[in-house]
Amino acid sequence: MSDTGSGSLFTLAWSFGLMSLFAVGGANSAIPEIHRLAVEVNHWMSDKQFADVFAISQLSPGPNVLIVTLIGYQVAGIMGALVATLAMCGPTAVFAYYVSQLLSRSGNARWPGIVQAALVPLSIGLMSASGLVLLFTSNTSWTAFLVTGSVAVLAFATRLNPLWLLVAGGLIGFAGVL
Amino acid sequence: MHPSSPQADAPIAELASASPPGLLTLFLAFAKMSLAGFGGVLVWARRAIVEKHGWMTPEEFNETFALCHFLPGPNIVNLSVVFGSRFRGVPGAIAAFAGLLGPPVVIVTVLAILYARFGDIEALRRTLAGVSCAAVGLLFAVIFRMMLPLLKKRDPVSLALLVAVFVAVGVMRWPLPTVLLVSIPISVTLTMLMRRRAAA
Repeated sequence: MSDTGSGSLFTLAWSFGLMSLFAVGGANSAIPEIHRLAVEVNHWMSDKQFADVFAISQLSPGPNVLIVTLIGYQVAGIMGALVATLAMCGPTAVFAYYVSQLLSRSGNARWPGIVQAALVPLSIGLMSASGLVLLFTSNTSWTAFLVTGSVAVLAFATRLNPLWLLVAGGLIGFAGVL
Repeated sequence: MHPSSPQADAPIAELASASPPGLLTLFLAFAKMSLAGFGGVLVWARRAIVEKHGWMTPEEFNETFALCHFLPGPNIVNLSVVFGSRFRGVPGAIAAFAGLLGPPVVIVTVLAILYARFGDIEALRRTLAGVSCAAVGLLFAVIFRMMLPLLKKRDPVSLALLVAVFVAVGVMRWPLPTVLLVSIPISVTLTMLMRRRAAA
């Protein structure tokens, strides 16, 4: 945290604020762009640190979008955490408010349906890209791929609470076999 | 979830409009569902809004969530704003937004402080590496679940768009705004053309 001036706060606000307006399908779709901004463009953190903050954001309560709070803290301390969170959630919240007001007034129900159907394949494509990017930032051994694969199968095929699967992953990591 | 006979629906619909929540109630309800929501808040939001408080019918909730899903940004944050404003206008939107984000942001910030301090400890690094491998697995399960309906429909246009966006963002690592400014108009146009053809 050597450059904690208002310059990096501005970069945080501008980067996350602009990106959030394109985050179709929510936080999970935005992971590749968050990774691109935090690791590749601005060099705020390493791949390993990115994988760590992703893990912490999944372990903590609240919406998954709070990965940006962790990145913001890494860049500029508590102010950075607040600025990143508000930049990521504020503009789209205002946008959502105005769109819902508009829709409840106009009652024209055709357009939302078309846009929604058109966005489904795009947001699944973005989420798949998230999976790929995370796979290569967090998995560095064949046992790691084995853990990821087993969790994917268990989560898909059973109704296990995801938290237990995360805890199991943590224990396997702690045991040092990854 | 509920039987859809009119007799069964009537009391729910009545309840849904009978007691609009106040600002403090909104704040507390969203804070509670947010803190309960490990790995996603949506399930808890539905439970609280539809089943526990009866503020919306299941249909109203689905419609509101569908709207929030196609808007950009975190879906559940959008939901809090749309929901809060429906009952109490702008102050209601702010109360729900603050309830959803305030408490977990405090917790996550504390975790960030701990990570900055102790993140170099080898055992913690190993544990977090294990957690993130598992979390990636969870993400793949969600992706596959969402992809199944598309695969079943065998709609080549949707699948081609999905793969194109995946390659552009995941493999080529092109910036998200650029990719979406190209792919959204294409997808909307194709969807409209296909609906027109299906209708004709």
